[in-house]
Amino acid sequence: MTSILLPASHEFETQDIFVNMGPQHPSTHGVFRMVLEIDGEVVRDVLPYIGYLHRGAEKLCETMDYRQGIGFMDRTEYLAAFNAELSYVMAVEALAGIDVPERAQWIRMILCELNRLSSHFMFLGAFGVDVGVLGTSFTYAFRERENIFDLFEEICGDRMMYAYFRVGGLAWEVTDNFVTRVNQVLGMARQGIADLDGLLTQNEIFQARTRGIGHIPAADAIDWGMSGPSLRASGVALDVRRDEPYLFYPQVKFDVITGTNGDVYDRYLCRLREMHESIKIVEQCLQNLQPGPIVPERMSRLLRTPPGEVYIRTEAPRGEYGVYMVSNGGNRPWRCKVRSACLSNLQALRDMTVGHYVSDAVLILGSIDIVLSEVDR
Amino acid sequence: MRGLIRSFVTTGATFLRKPVTREYPETHRELPERDRAFPLLLWDQQIDEPFCTGCHACERACPVECMTVLMKDNPNHTSQGGTSSRRKIIDKFWIDYGRCMRCNICVEVCNFDAIGMNNTWSGHESSAVDRLDLVMDLQQLLSQSRAGAVKPWIAP
Repeated sequence: MTSILLPASHEFETQDIFVNMGPQHPSTHGVFRMVLEIDGEVVRDVLPYIGYLHRGAEKLCETMDYRQGIGFMDRTEYLAAFNAELSYVMAVEALAGIDVPERAQWIRMILCELNRLSSHFMFLGAFGVDVGVLGTSFTYAFRERENIFDLFEEICGDRMMYAYFRVGGLAWEVTDNFVTRVNQVLGMARQGIADLDGLLTQNEIFQARTRGIGHIPAADAIDWGMSGPSLRASGVALDVRRDEPYLFYPQVKFDVITGTNGDVYDRYLCRLREMHESIKIVEQCLQNLQPGPIVPERMSRLLRTPPGEVYIRTEAPRGEYGVYMVSNGGNRPWRCKVRSACLSNLQALRDMTVGHYVSDAVLILGSIDIVLSEVDR
Repeated sequence: MRGLIRSFVTTGATFLRKPVTREYPETHRELPERDRAFPLLLWDQQIDEPFCTGCHACERACPVECMTVLMKDNPNHTSQGGTSSRRKIIDKFWIDYGRCMRCNICVEVCNFDAIGMNNTWSGHESSAVDRLDLVMDLQQLLSQSRAGAVKPWIAP
Protein backbone atom coordinates (compact mmCIF):
# COMPACT_ATOMS: atom_id res chain seq x y z
CA MET A 1 0.00 0.00 0.00
CA THR A 2 1.42 3.33 -1.02
CA SER A 3 1.52 6.04 1.54
CA ILE A 4 -0.44 9.18 0.85
CA LEU A 5 2.07 11.11 2.93
CA LEU A 6 4.78 12.82 0.99
CA PRO A 7 8.34 11.80 1.73
CA ALA A 8 10.01 13.88 4.37
CA SER A 9 12.64 15.06 1.96
CA HIS A 10 10.06 16.79 -0.23
CA GLU A 11 10.25 20.55 -0.03
CA PHE A 12 6.93 22.32 0.12
CA GLU A 13 6.43 25.22 -2.17
CA THR A 14 4.40 27.63 -0.08
CA GLN A 15 2.97 30.92 -1.11
CA ASP A 16 0.97 33.69 0.47
CA ILE A 17 -2.75 33.47 0.07
CA PHE A 18 -5.20 36.29 -0.34
CA VAL A 19 -8.21 36.49 1.92
CA ASN A 20 -11.02 38.82 1.05
CA MET A 21 -12.62 40.47 4.07
CA GLY A 22 -15.81 42.34 3.48
CA PRO A 23 -17.70 44.20 2.17
CA GLN A 24 -20.42 42.35 4.03
CA HIS A 25 -18.25 41.19 6.88
CA PRO A 26 -19.84 42.29 10.15
CA SER A 27 -16.57 43.30 11.77
CA THR A 28 -15.71 45.79 9.04
CA HIS A 29 -18.28 48.16 10.62
CA GLY A 30 -20.08 48.83 7.41
CA VAL A 31 -19.24 48.17 3.82
CA PHE A 32 -15.49 48.13 3.77
CA ARG A 33 -13.46 45.55 1.92
CA MET A 34 -9.88 44.68 2.60
CA VAL A 35 -7.85 42.06 0.84
CA LEU A 36 -5.38 40.51 3.25
CA GLU A 37 -2.28 38.84 1.96
CA ILE A 38 -1.56 36.28 4.63
CA ASP A 39 1.31 33.99 5.31
CA GLY A 40 -0.09 31.36 7.58
CA GLU A 41 -1.89 33.54 10.07
CA VAL A 42 0.29 36.59 9.75
CA VAL A 43 -0.82 39.51 7.64
CA ARG A 44 1.80 40.47 5.06
CA ASP A 45 -0.12 43.14 3.21
CA VAL A 46 -3.45 44.92 3.31
CA LEU A 47 -5.25 46.29 0.33
CA PRO A 48 -8.30 48.32 1.33
CA TYR A 49 -11.16 49.02 -1.04
CA ILE A 50 -13.49 51.86 -0.23
CA GLY A 51 -16.38 53.45 -2.04
CA TYR A 52 -19.20 51.00 -1.44
CA LEU A 53 -21.15 53.64 0.43
CA HIS A 54 -20.37 56.55 -1.82
CA ARG A 55 -23.49 58.66 -2.29
CA GLY A 56 -21.93 61.80 -3.64
CA ALA A 57 -23.03 63.98 -0.75
CA GLU A 58 -20.49 66.66 -1.63
CA LYS A 59 -21.76 66.93 -5.19
CA LEU A 60 -25.37 66.83 -4.02
CA CYS A 61 -24.68 69.76 -1.71
CA GLU A 62 -23.78 71.88 -4.74
CA THR A 63 -27.31 71.47 -6.04
CA MET A 64 -28.96 72.23 -2.70
CA ASP A 65 -29.40 75.54 -0.98
CA TYR A 66 -27.80 75.97 2.42
CA ARG A 67 -30.70 74.69 4.44
CA GLN A 68 -31.27 71.65 2.27
CA GLY A 69 -27.64 70.61 2.55
CA ILE A 70 -27.90 70.10 6.30
CA GLY A 71 -29.83 66.88 5.85
CA PHE A 72 -27.11 65.46 3.67
CA MET A 73 -24.41 66.36 6.17
CA ASP A 74 -26.26 64.24 8.73
CA ARG A 75 -25.84 61.29 6.47
CA THR A 76 -22.12 61.76 5.94
CA GLU A 77 -21.57 60.82 9.54
CA TYR A 78 -24.53 59.01 10.93
CA LEU A 79 -23.06 58.18 14.32
CA ALA A 80 -22.33 61.80 15.18
CA ALA A 81 -24.66 63.75 12.96
CA PHE A 82 -24.69 66.83 15.19
CA ASN A 83 -20.96 67.27 14.78
CA ALA A 84 -21.22 66.97 11.03
CA GLU A 85 -24.06 69.47 10.90
CA LEU A 86 -22.09 71.82 13.10
CA SER A 87 -19.16 72.02 10.70
CA TYR A 88 -21.47 72.67 7.79
CA VAL A 89 -23.55 75.40 9.40
CA MET A 90 -20.45 77.03 10.87
CA ALA A 91 -18.90 77.16 7.41
CA VAL A 92 -21.99 78.86 6.00
CA GLU A 93 -22.12 81.25 8.96
CA ALA A 94 -18.48 82.17 8.41
CA LEU A 95 -19.16 82.81 4.73
CA ALA A 96 -22.25 84.89 5.33
CA GLY A 97 -20.89 86.61 8.45
CA ILE A 98 -23.74 85.62 10.74
CA ASP A 99 -23.43 85.93 14.49
CA VAL A 100 -25.06 83.08 16.32
CA PRO A 101 -26.89 83.91 19.58
CA GLU A 102 -25.25 82.69 22.75
CA ARG A 103 -28.00 80.33 23.80
CA ALA A 104 -27.90 78.57 20.43
CA GLN A 105 -24.16 78.09 20.75
CA TRP A 106 -24.40 76.59 24.24
CA ILE A 107 -27.12 74.22 23.12
CA ARG A 108 -25.04 73.25 20.11
CA MET A 109 -22.15 72.46 22.40
CA ILE A 110 -24.30 70.33 24.69
CA LEU A 111 -25.78 68.39 21.82
CA CYS A 112 -22.41 67.85 20.15
CA GLU A 113 -20.84 66.55 23.31
CA LEU A 114 -23.79 64.27 23.99
CA ASN A 115 -23.44 63.05 20.44
CA ARG A 116 -19.77 62.37 21.12
CA LEU A 117 -20.84 60.31 24.11
CA SER A 118 -23.29 58.28 22.06
CA SER A 119 -20.72 57.78 19.33
CA HIS A 120 -18.08 56.59 21.78
CA PHE A 121 -20.63 54.26 23.37
CA MET A 122 -21.10 52.79 19.94
CA PHE A 123 -17.34 52.37 19.67
CA LEU A 124 -17.02 50.69 23.06
CA GLY A 125 -19.82 48.29 22.25
CA ALA A 126 -18.59 47.39 18.80
CA PHE A 127 -14.99 47.19 19.92
CA GLY A 128 -15.93 44.75 22.64
CA VAL A 129 -17.54 42.55 20.01
CA ASP A 130 -14.38 42.77 17.91
CA VAL A 131 -12.31 41.63 20.85
CA GLY A 132 -14.70 38.80 21.53
CA VAL A 133 -16.97 39.84 24.36
CA LEU A 134 -19.79 38.32 22.32
CA GLY A 135 -22.37 41.04 22.50
CA THR A 136 -22.32 41.81 26.21
CA SER A 137 -20.54 45.11 25.71
CA PHE A 138 -22.76 45.79 22.72
CA THR A 139 -25.97 45.52 24.72
CA TYR A 140 -24.52 47.58 27.58
CA ALA A 141 -23.40 50.31 25.23
CA PHE A 142 -26.64 50.35 23.30
CA ARG A 143 -28.66 50.62 26.48
CA GLU A 144 -26.88 53.88 27.33
CA ARG A 145 -26.89 55.07 23.76
CA GLU A 146 -30.66 54.66 23.67
CA ASN A 147 -31.01 57.06 26.62
CA ILE A 148 -29.11 59.73 24.73
CA PHE A 149 -31.12 59.09 21.58
CA ASP A 150 -34.36 59.33 23.53
CA LEU A 151 -33.29 62.80 24.63
CA PHE A 152 -32.43 63.78 21.07
CA GLU A 153 -35.76 62.50 19.90
CA GLU A 154 -37.59 64.61 22.46
CA ILE A 155 -35.71 67.70 21.32
CA CYS A 156 -35.58 67.38 17.56
CA GLY A 157 -37.83 64.50 16.69
CA ASP A 158 -35.35 62.09 15.21
CA ARG A 159 -32.94 59.63 16.66
CA MET A 160 -30.09 59.76 14.19
CA MET A 161 -30.72 62.17 11.32
CA TYR A 162 -31.43 65.25 13.37
CA ALA A 163 -31.48 68.10 10.83
CA TYR A 164 -31.77 70.39 13.86
CA PHE A 165 -29.00 72.96 13.45
CA ARG A 166 -29.76 75.79 11.10
CA VAL A 167 -27.59 78.47 9.59
CA GLY A 168 -27.71 81.13 12.30
CA GLY A 169 -28.88 78.97 15.16
CA LEU A 170 -31.30 76.16 15.79
CA ALA A 171 -34.45 75.05 14.06
CA TRP A 172 -36.62 75.40 17.14
CA GLU A 173 -36.39 75.78 20.88
CA VAL A 174 -35.46 72.82 23.05
CA THR A 175 -38.02 71.26 25.36
CA ASP A 176 -38.89 72.94 28.66
CA ASN A 177 -37.40 70.17 30.77
CA PHE A 178 -34.17 70.18 28.78
CA VAL A 179 -31.79 70.80 31.68
CA THR A 180 -33.29 68.15 33.95
CA ARG A 181 -33.38 65.63 31.13
CA VAL A 182 -29.74 66.27 30.20
CA ASN A 183 -28.70 65.82 33.83
CA GLN A 184 -30.70 62.61 33.98
CA VAL A 185 -29.03 61.32 30.81
CA LEU A 186 -25.59 62.27 32.11
CA GLY A 187 -26.21 60.27 35.27
CA MET A 188 -27.16 57.23 33.25
CA ALA A 189 -24.20 57.72 30.95
CA ARG A 190 -21.84 57.79 33.93
CA GLN A 191 -23.26 54.49 35.10
CA GLY A 192 -22.88 53.09 31.59
CA ILE A 193 -19.25 54.16 31.32
CA ALA A 194 -18.55 52.58 34.69
CA ASP A 195 -20.17 49.35 33.51
CA LEU A 196 -18.13 49.18 30.33
CA ASP A 197 -15.02 50.22 32.19
CA GLY A 198 -15.56 47.43 34.67
CA LEU A 199 -16.34 44.92 31.96
CA LEU A 200 -13.37 45.61 29.73
CA THR A 201 -10.54 47.82 30.92
CA GLN A 202 -8.88 45.63 33.53
CA ASN A 203 -9.96 42.32 32.09
CA GLU A 204 -6.79 40.30 31.54
CA ILE A 205 -8.08 38.60 28.41
CA PHE A 206 -9.05 41.95 26.95
CA GLN A 207 -5.64 43.38 27.75
CA ALA A 208 -3.84 40.39 26.29
CA ARG A 209 -5.79 40.85 23.09
CA THR A 210 -5.27 44.59 22.76
CA ARG A 211 -1.96 45.62 24.30
CA GLY A 212 0.95 46.08 21.93
CA ILE A 213 -1.17 45.52 18.85
CA GLY A 214 -1.60 47.96 15.99
CA HIS A 215 1.11 50.19 17.31
CA ILE A 216 1.71 53.41 15.41
CA PRO A 217 4.34 55.95 16.52
CA ALA A 218 3.42 59.60 16.88
CA ALA A 219 5.52 60.69 13.89
CA ASP A 220 3.87 58.17 11.58
CA ALA A 221 0.43 59.06 12.85
CA ILE A 222 1.04 62.71 12.06
CA ASP A 223 2.42 61.83 8.65
CA TRP A 224 -0.68 59.86 7.78
CA GLY A 225 -2.85 62.80 8.77
CA MET A 226 -4.58 61.02 11.61
CA SER A 227 -6.63 63.02 14.05
CA GLY A 228 -8.91 62.65 17.00
CA PRO A 229 -8.55 59.94 19.64
CA SER A 230 -6.61 57.73 17.22
CA LEU A 231 -3.87 60.35 17.05
CA ARG A 232 -4.04 61.34 20.70
CA ALA A 233 -3.50 57.72 21.69
CA SER A 234 -0.05 58.01 20.10
CA GLY A 235 0.77 60.84 22.47
CA VAL A 236 0.06 63.87 20.30
CA ALA A 237 -2.13 66.27 22.21
CA LEU A 238 -4.01 67.70 19.26
CA ASP A 239 -7.59 68.66 19.91
CA VAL A 240 -9.33 71.19 17.69
CA ARG A 241 -11.57 72.14 20.59
CA ARG A 242 -8.56 73.42 22.48
CA ASP A 243 -6.12 74.39 19.73
CA GLU A 244 -8.49 76.19 17.41
CA PRO A 245 -11.50 76.86 19.59
CA TYR A 246 -14.95 77.29 18.21
CA LEU A 247 -18.30 77.85 19.94
CA PHE A 248 -17.61 78.49 23.66
CA TYR A 249 -14.94 75.86 24.18
CA PRO A 250 -12.43 78.38 25.58
CA GLN A 251 -14.87 79.05 28.42
CA VAL A 252 -15.09 75.47 29.61
CA LYS A 253 -12.41 73.49 31.34
CA PHE A 254 -11.52 70.08 30.04
CA ASP A 255 -8.42 67.94 29.62
CA VAL A 256 -7.08 66.67 26.35
CA ILE A 257 -6.65 62.95 26.90
CA THR A 258 -3.55 61.42 25.42
CA GLY A 259 -2.13 57.94 25.39
CA THR A 260 1.46 56.84 25.39
CA ASN A 261 1.93 53.71 23.31
CA GLY A 262 -0.37 54.31 20.38
CA ASP A 263 -1.62 50.75 20.36
CA VAL A 264 -5.14 49.43 20.23
CA TYR A 265 -5.51 49.46 24.02
CA ASP A 266 -4.50 53.12 24.20
CA ARG A 267 -6.95 54.08 21.53
CA TYR A 268 -9.66 52.32 23.50
CA LEU A 269 -8.59 53.92 26.76
CA CYS A 270 -8.37 57.35 25.17
CA ARG A 271 -11.98 57.19 24.05
CA LEU A 272 -13.16 55.86 27.37
CA ARG A 273 -11.49 58.64 29.31
CA GLU A 274 -12.61 61.23 26.79
CA MET A 275 -16.20 60.41 27.63
CA HIS A 276 -15.67 61.69 31.17
CA GLU A 277 -14.37 64.94 29.70
CA SER A 278 -17.49 65.21 27.55
CA ILE A 279 -19.65 64.85 30.62
CA LYS A 280 -17.61 67.57 32.31
CA ILE A 281 -18.11 69.90 29.33
CA VAL A 282 -21.86 69.31 29.23
CA GLU A 283 -22.17 70.06 32.95
CA GLN A 284 -20.35 73.36 32.53
CA CYS A 285 -22.50 74.23 29.52
CA LEU A 286 -25.66 73.63 31.51
CA GLN A 287 -24.48 76.12 34.13
CA ASN A 288 -23.90 78.75 31.46
CA LEU A 289 -27.17 78.20 29.66
CA GLN A 290 -29.27 81.37 29.76
CA PRO A 291 -32.67 82.08 28.22
CA GLY A 292 -32.54 84.05 25.02
CA PRO A 293 -33.11 83.91 21.30
CA ILE A 294 -31.94 80.89 19.32
CA VAL A 295 -31.80 82.56 15.91
CA PRO A 296 -30.44 86.02 15.02
CA GLU A 297 -33.08 88.73 14.88
CA ARG A 298 -32.32 89.88 11.37
CA MET A 299 -32.12 86.71 9.35
CA SER A 300 -33.23 86.76 5.75
CA ARG A 301 -35.37 83.85 4.67
CA LEU A 302 -33.47 83.43 1.44
CA LEU A 303 -29.87 83.14 2.45
CA ARG A 304 -27.21 84.26 0.02
CA THR A 305 -23.53 84.29 0.81
CA PRO A 306 -20.96 86.66 -0.62
CA PRO A 307 -18.32 85.08 -2.87
CA GLY A 308 -15.47 83.57 -0.92
CA GLU A 309 -14.07 80.42 0.50
CA VAL A 310 -13.76 79.11 4.01
CA TYR A 311 -12.46 76.05 5.80
CA ILE A 312 -14.03 75.24 9.15
CA ARG A 313 -12.87 72.34 11.23
CA THR A 314 -14.39 70.92 14.35
CA GLU A 315 -13.55 68.07 16.62
CA ALA A 316 -15.92 65.23 15.79
CA PRO A 317 -15.77 62.01 17.83
CA ARG A 318 -13.49 60.41 15.28
CA GLY A 319 -11.27 63.42 14.73
CA GLU A 320 -11.13 66.55 12.70
CA TYR A 321 -14.27 67.02 10.66
CA GLY A 322 -13.74 69.89 8.28
CA VAL A 323 -15.90 71.55 5.66
CA TYR A 324 -14.26 73.52 2.90
CA MET A 325 -16.85 75.66 1.22
CA VAL A 326 -16.58 77.90 -1.80
CA SER A 327 -19.36 80.28 -2.62
CA ASN A 328 -19.78 82.28 -5.82
CA GLY A 329 -22.47 84.52 -4.41
CA GLY A 330 -25.50 82.32 -4.85
CA ASN A 331 -27.80 80.62 -2.42
CA ARG A 332 -25.94 77.34 -2.67
CA PRO A 333 -22.30 76.36 -2.27
CA TRP A 334 -20.22 76.21 -5.40
CA ARG A 335 -18.11 73.54 -3.79
CA CYS A 336 -18.56 71.78 -0.49
CA LYS A 337 -15.67 69.51 0.38
CA VAL A 338 -15.86 67.39 3.48
CA ARG A 339 -12.64 66.47 5.20
CA SER A 340 -13.52 63.45 7.23
CA ALA A 341 -11.33 62.07 9.96
CA CYS A 342 -12.10 58.46 9.16
CA LEU A 343 -10.63 58.55 5.68
CA SER A 344 -7.35 59.93 6.97
CA ASN A 345 -7.26 57.55 9.90
CA LEU A 346 -7.86 54.67 7.55
CA GLN A 347 -4.70 55.51 5.59
CA ALA A 348 -2.63 54.24 8.48
CA LEU A 349 -4.38 50.86 8.46
CA ARG A 350 -1.65 49.13 6.46
CA ASP A 351 1.11 50.42 8.74
CA MET A 352 -0.76 49.22 11.78
CA THR A 353 -1.89 45.84 10.49
CA VAL A 354 1.13 44.38 8.68
CA GLY A 355 2.91 41.83 10.83
CA HIS A 356 -0.06 41.02 13.04
CA TYR A 357 -2.44 38.09 13.00
CA VAL A 358 -5.62 38.04 10.96
CA SER A 359 -7.76 38.09 14.07
CA ASP A 360 -5.94 41.24 15.17
CA ALA A 361 -6.66 42.93 11.84
CA VAL A 362 -10.31 43.05 12.91
CA LEU A 363 -9.31 44.66 16.18
CA ILE A 364 -7.08 47.25 14.57
CA LEU A 365 -9.77 48.23 12.11
CA GLY A 366 -12.24 48.51 14.97
CA SER A 367 -9.86 50.55 17.08
CA ILE A 368 -9.82 53.48 14.67
CA ASP A 369 -13.61 53.59 15.05
CA ILE A 370 -14.33 53.51 11.37
CA VAL A 371 -17.61 54.82 10.00
CA LEU A 372 -17.90 54.05 6.33
CA SER A 373 -20.44 56.73 5.58
CA GLU A 374 -17.77 59.22 6.57
CA VAL A 375 -15.05 57.55 4.52
CA ASP A 376 -17.05 57.38 1.31
CA ARG A 377 -19.44 60.27 1.79
CA MET B 1 -7.36 37.52 37.69
CA ARG B 2 -8.63 40.61 39.46
CA GLY B 3 -9.75 42.13 36.18
CA LEU B 4 -11.69 39.03 35.25
CA ILE B 5 -13.45 39.01 38.59
CA ARG B 6 -14.34 42.65 38.14
CA SER B 7 -15.86 41.83 34.76
CA PHE B 8 -17.97 39.11 36.30
CA VAL B 9 -19.09 41.44 39.07
CA THR B 10 -20.21 43.94 36.41
CA THR B 11 -22.20 41.38 34.46
CA GLY B 12 -23.65 40.00 37.70
CA ALA B 13 -24.78 43.44 38.81
CA THR B 14 -26.37 44.09 35.43
CA PHE B 15 -28.14 40.74 35.59
CA LEU B 16 -30.00 41.92 38.67
CA ARG B 17 -31.12 45.21 37.14
CA LYS B 18 -34.50 45.79 35.60
CA PRO B 19 -34.61 44.97 31.88
CA VAL B 20 -34.72 47.87 29.47
CA THR B 21 -35.95 45.92 26.47
CA ARG B 22 -39.51 45.64 25.25
CA GLU B 23 -41.45 42.99 23.38
CA TYR B 24 -41.55 45.27 20.39
CA PRO B 25 -44.40 44.36 18.08
CA GLU B 26 -46.70 43.75 21.05
CA THR B 27 -45.79 46.76 23.17
CA HIS B 28 -44.82 50.16 21.86
CA ARG B 29 -42.80 52.86 23.47
CA GLU B 30 -44.62 56.15 23.91
CA LEU B 31 -43.35 58.55 21.30
CA PRO B 32 -42.46 62.12 22.21
CA GLU B 33 -44.62 64.89 20.84
CA ARG B 34 -41.96 66.11 18.45
CA ASP B 35 -41.29 62.73 16.91
CA ARG B 36 -40.82 62.91 13.16
CA ALA B 37 -41.95 60.09 10.95
CA PHE B 38 -43.25 60.93 7.49
CA PRO B 39 -45.07 64.08 6.38
CA LEU B 40 -48.85 64.15 6.37
CA LEU B 41 -51.37 66.69 5.16
CA LEU B 42 -53.65 68.22 7.73
CA TRP B 43 -57.39 68.61 7.64
CA ASP B 44 -59.21 71.80 8.55
CA GLN B 45 -61.99 70.38 10.72
CA GLN B 46 -63.90 73.67 10.92
CA ILE B 47 -64.47 74.12 7.20
CA ASP B 48 -64.08 70.43 6.40
CA GLU B 49 -61.40 70.72 3.74
CA PRO B 50 -57.60 70.44 3.65
CA PHE B 51 -55.49 73.34 4.88
CA CYS B 52 -53.30 72.93 1.83
CA THR B 53 -53.77 75.39 -1.02
CA GLY B 54 -51.31 73.72 -3.32
CA CYS B 55 -48.87 76.62 -3.33
CA HIS B 56 -45.84 74.45 -4.23
CA ALA B 57 -43.69 75.90 -1.43
CA CYS B 58 -42.92 72.48 0.03
CA GLU B 59 -42.39 70.96 -3.38
CA ARG B 60 -39.77 73.58 -4.22
CA ALA B 61 -38.02 73.34 -0.87
CA CYS B 62 -37.82 69.56 -0.75
CA PRO B 63 -34.18 68.49 -1.04
CA VAL B 64 -34.98 65.08 -2.47
CA GLU B 65 -37.91 66.12 -4.68
CA CYS B 66 -40.28 63.56 -3.25
CA MET B 67 -43.42 65.67 -3.66
CA THR B 68 -45.75 66.38 -6.54
CA VAL B 69 -48.41 69.05 -6.06
CA LEU B 70 -51.30 70.14 -8.26
CA MET B 71 -53.76 72.87 -7.29
CA LYS B 72 -57.27 73.74 -8.44
CA ASP B 73 -59.90 76.42 -7.88
CA ASN B 74 -61.75 75.81 -4.67
CA PRO B 75 -65.38 74.90 -5.40
CA ASN B 76 -66.20 75.69 -1.78
CA HIS B 77 -64.94 79.30 -1.97
CA THR B 78 -67.26 82.07 -0.79
CA SER B 79 -67.47 83.50 -4.32
CA GLN B 80 -68.94 80.16 -5.42
CA GLY B 81 -71.43 80.24 -2.57
CA GLY B 82 -69.30 78.10 -0.29
CA THR B 83 -67.92 78.65 3.18
CA SER B 84 -64.18 78.63 2.62
CA SER B 85 -61.89 81.60 2.32
CA ARG B 86 -59.36 79.59 0.29
CA ARG B 87 -59.45 80.63 -3.35
CA LYS B 88 -57.24 77.75 -4.42
CA ILE B 89 -57.09 74.31 -2.94
CA ILE B 90 -55.08 71.16 -3.33
CA ASP B 91 -56.17 68.93 -6.18
CA LYS B 92 -53.62 66.16 -6.27
CA PHE B 93 -50.70 65.49 -3.96
CA TRP B 94 -48.21 62.68 -3.99
CA ILE B 95 -45.40 62.11 -1.52
CA ASP B 96 -42.97 59.31 -2.22
CA TYR B 97 -42.18 57.97 1.25
CA GLY B 98 -39.40 55.93 -0.28
CA ARG B 99 -37.57 59.11 -1.24
CA CYS B 100 -38.46 61.31 1.74
CA MET B 101 -35.56 61.90 4.11
CA ARG B 102 -37.70 63.38 6.90
CA CYS B 103 -35.77 66.63 7.17
CA ASN B 104 -38.80 68.67 8.28
CA ILE B 105 -38.10 71.42 5.72
CA CYS B 106 -41.55 71.08 4.11
CA VAL B 107 -43.15 71.74 7.50
CA GLU B 108 -40.97 74.80 8.03
CA VAL B 109 -41.68 76.42 4.68
CA CYS B 110 -45.44 75.84 4.76
CA ASN B 111 -47.28 79.13 5.21
CA PHE B 112 -50.60 77.52 6.12
CA ASP B 113 -49.45 74.87 8.63
CA ALA B 114 -50.96 72.43 6.20
CA ILE B 115 -48.29 69.76 6.39
CA GLY B 116 -46.91 68.09 9.47
CA MET B 117 -44.74 65.18 10.48
CA ASN B 118 -46.61 62.12 11.66
CA ASN B 119 -45.73 61.62 15.31
CA THR B 120 -47.48 58.32 15.86
CA TRP B 121 -46.35 54.75 15.35
CA SER B 122 -48.37 54.53 12.14
CA GLY B 123 -45.71 56.69 10.54
CA HIS B 124 -42.84 54.49 11.61
CA GLU B 125 -44.43 51.18 10.74
CA SER B 126 -45.10 51.91 7.12
CA SER B 127 -43.21 49.19 5.34
CA ALA B 128 -44.50 47.96 2.01
CA VAL B 129 -43.80 45.07 -0.29
CA ASP B 130 -43.73 47.15 -3.42
CA ARG B 131 -41.87 50.41 -3.74
CA LEU B 132 -44.82 51.99 -5.51
CA ASP B 133 -46.97 51.35 -2.46
CA LEU B 134 -44.89 53.97 -0.68
CA VAL B 135 -46.10 56.71 -2.99
CA MET B 136 -48.94 58.23 -1.02
CA ASP B 137 -51.78 60.05 -2.73
CA LEU B 138 -53.92 62.87 -1.36
CA GLN B 139 -56.48 60.53 0.16
CA GLN B 140 -53.88 58.55 2.08
CA LEU B 141 -52.08 61.68 3.23
CA LEU B 142 -55.22 63.31 4.59
CA SER B 143 -57.11 60.37 6.08
CA GLN B 144 -55.31 60.23 9.43
CA SER B 145 -55.65 63.92 10.16
CA ARG B 146 -59.25 63.90 8.96
CA ALA B 147 -60.08 61.15 11.39
CA GLY B 148 -58.32 63.08 14.15
CA ALA B 149 -55.78 60.28 14.68
CA VAL B 150 -52.68 62.48 14.50
CA LYS B 151 -51.90 65.93 15.82
CA PRO B 152 -48.44 66.76 14.45
CA TRP B 153 -46.18 69.10 16.34
CA ILE B 154 -45.35 72.15 14.27
CA ALA B 155 -42.50 74.32 15.48
CA PRO B 156 -43.70 77.80 16.46
